[in-house]
Order: sequence, then C-alpha cells, then structure tokens
Amino acid sequence: MNRSSMWEAVSGIVKRDLLLAMRRRSDAAMSVFFLVIVASLFPLGVGPEPAVLRTIGPGVLWVAALLACLLSLSRVFTADYVDGALEQMVLVPQPLAVLVAGKVFAHWLISGLPVVLLSPLLGLQFGLDGEPLGVLALSLLLGTPTLSMIGAIGAALVLGVRGSGLLVALLVLPLYVPVLIFGAGAVTGSMAGVGGEANLSLLGASLVLSLFLAPWATAAAIRIALE
Amino acid sequence: MNWSKYSAPQAFYPLAGRLIPWFSVMAVALMGVGLYMGFFVAPTDFQQGESYRIIFVHVPAAWMSMFLYVVMAIWAGVGMGLNARLSFMMAQAIAPTGAMFTFLALLTGAMWGKPTWGAWWVWDARLTSELILLFQYAGVMLLRTSIDDMRRADRSSAVFSLVGVVNVPIIYYSVQWWNTLHQGASVSMSTGSKMAATMLMAMLIMTVAFWLYSIAVILARVRCIVVERDSLLVWDEKPAVSQEVVEVR
Repeated sequence: MNRSSMWEAVSGIVKRDLLLAMRRRSDAAMSVFFLVIVASLFPLGVGPEPAVLRTIGPGVLWVAALLACLLSLSRVFTADYVDGALEQMVLVPQPLAVLVAGKVFAHWLISGLPVVLLSPLLGLQFGLDGEPLGVLALSLLLGTPTLSMIGAIGAALVLGVRGSGLLVALLVLPLYVPVLIFGAGAVTGSMAGVGGEANLSLLGASLVLSLFLAPWATAAAIRIALE
Repeated sequence: MNWSKYSAPQAFYPLAGRLIPWFSVMAVALMGVGLYMGFFVAPTDFQQGESYRIIFVHVPAAWMSMFLYVVMAIWAGVGMGLNARLSFMMAQAIAPTGAMFTFLALLTGAMWGKPTWGAWWVWDARLTSELILLFQYAGVMLLRTSIDDMRRADRSSAVFSLVGVVNVPIIYYSVQWWNTLHQGASVSMSTGSKMAATMLMAMLIMTVAFWLYSIAVILARVRCIVVERDSLLVWDEKPAVSQEVVEVR
C-alpha cells in the first residue's frame, strides 16, 4: 500500500462527510445553537453581576462546548452503521484507524470548528476581553479536536446499543475531565495574569496523545460492533 | 504441572471453589488483627486525635480501588489478546469489587474530612480523581449490561477499561495541577513515612486483608458468572449439587 492511496482514502472520507453535512445543514447548526443557548442560560441563572460572570465564564463556556460536542457524537458513525457504509470501510485495504481519523476530522470541522469561531462572541457575553478572549479561542482550537477524538471511541463502543445516547455521555464525560481542566485553566490563568501557556501546552500534548491512540481504540471498537 | 488447563472455565470452576474458603478465612483473620491493631494498639495521633483511625480502612480501600482497576484492565487486555473467555469473566467479576472499594474510600474520606477539614467534601486532587475513578467503574459496568450479546459486551467493556487505564494517571495529575493552581496545598495529608511503626503495620495488614477479601469475592463471582453464562451447567466436585440444578431446570 502506498502513501498516496491512503491519503486519497482519507480525503475522500472527509469530503464525503462534509458533503453529507452540507446536505443537512440544520444538523450541524443544532450543536452550535445548543452551545449558544446553554451559554446564555447561565447568566440568567446565576445573575448578571459582571464580576461573577467573569469568574465562571471560562468554565461555563468550556462545559457548554463539551456538551455540544457530546450531542453531536451520535452523528459520527450511526448513519454509516445503519446503512452499511461502515462495514465497507472495514473491508477496504487502507487501515481502519486512518479512515477513522478522517471521519473524526470531518466531525470536528462540522461541529468543533464552529464552536471555536463562535467562542469569542460568547466570551464577550461573560465579560471576557483582550487576551483571555484570544486564549479561550486558542484553547478551544486545541481542545475540541481532542474531544472529538475521545468521543469517537465512546460513539463506536455504543453503536447499536440500547440507550446509546445516555450511555455515551456516561462513558465519555469522565474521559473529558483533563481537557476541561486544561482548557478552562488556560483561560483562568490568562485572566489572573499568570498566562495560559502551561495549560495550552498540556492541551497540545493531550491532542497529540489522543491523535496517536484514539483512532486505534475507535477502530477496535468498530470491529467489535460489526462482528 | 500444566497451569494453562485452568484457563478453561470448566477446570477453573472447581479450583476456585477450593480456594475461596482459604482466602476468606485468611481475610477475616487478618482483618480482625488489622482492626484490633488499628483501634487499640496504634497510638493516638498528636494532631488529629482519634479520628485519624479511619485511615486503617480508608487508605487500603483507596489503594485497592486503583489497583483493582489496573488488574481489571490487565485481564481485559489478556482477554483481547488471547481471546480467552475466562479473562473476560475475571474482568467482569473485578469491576463491582473495585467500585465498592472506590465508594468505600470516598465514604470513609468524607467521614474523616468532616472532623478534620470541617467539610464532608473538598475538591482535593485525590478525592476528585477517586470520584472520577468511580464514574469509570460505573461506565465499564453500564456498558457491559447495556449490550446483550455476551461476546461484544466482553470486548467493548475491555476496550473501555483499557482506554480508562491510560486516562486515570492523566486525570490524577491534571486534577492535582488544577487544585494547586486554585487554592494551594491547604489540605495535603503527607504523612507517609512519618507514621508510627504500629500504624504502618496495621495499615499494611489491612491492605493484605482487603487483598485476600477481593480474591475470595472475585473468585466467588467468577463461579457465578461461569454458571450463568454456561446456562447452569455446574461442574462441581459434589454431584449432588448438579443433580439439584438439573432437577430445578
């Protein structure tokens, strides 16, 4: 197997998933809309004091981003599992883990990237400005691909299982804890004046580690589900 | 002697049955000794008074909770690698005991925290990572029970426990850094080597006792799983039992 055929397979999968998402734009818009609503509910519940909102802002936005990612997880494999496309992907000569990485990348482009682009706007709602706002977007840019990577493992494990929507949340949320801590910590750090570099580096490290390990675990889970 | 024959559930079933009484008796005996030493022999702590004595249950339980997760993941890995049914059964049998010890560690930690820190719950690094460990045990067990096909349930929960074992140390350190960033080490309990010899002794005895208890309970649970999965075919030493079961069926 040469490198170009592998690359073609991955880019083919990414293009296909993006095309499918473009045909059903409302699906992709839903998780972004969810994020905006959740983030807007917190000031209503906690109260409009700017000092309080600034303190809870990074954590709330990160938790909201995490939940938005969680809600979109069922879309990564379910449709392909139902119509049999996933079975074909297992049969192609290219390694399944590489194809999985392509699918996860497409998922991130559809549901993760909009969150990153929208985050400065939501940050303004919570009174963040200047450097913390940039750090928020940067931390989400580094963190949301990790969320998609880890989430894909859970999504593959619960394929065709009853109560899969709730189950995937129970499986995946504990695994999201480090990303949440590093991500919110980077923003809080930059607000406190100590800078977010340490936490951003850790986010980058998590991303590299998940890029390396998660596709293999996801591929194993898919094979188990299709047995 | 050919040990590998015990990887067959049929051969393991009677062996486990013979081992359980030994481990149970030793566990109870050592637990008695450890608790007696902990409650009556070990000196009162200079700072914390009598309330520190919960550590004779708390620390061994916390150790067991983490240790059992690793053992469960190892059995799951062996099962995936060698495609051995008994390994998956072991992994399945370990999860409830591990979750129980995790819960016990959290419960005793809260009971100790109230008189010492003045709060039932503190977002300390150890407490938080222990709580998340409990969530992961719950995830393993829930994933297994949600899948009806036994082979898929085994393998899916094995993948999840292996993912979790990579994640547990990351969670531990992330929580530790998070905590130091926010409030400083106001609640550190770095006793360790500064403990009196009898305290350490009692704690180690309790750890061994919990270990033996875990083995006994897990073996008993594996026997139940074997019977359950192989639809009530009982390979017992005593023919009377299997006779009974056959009659019931």
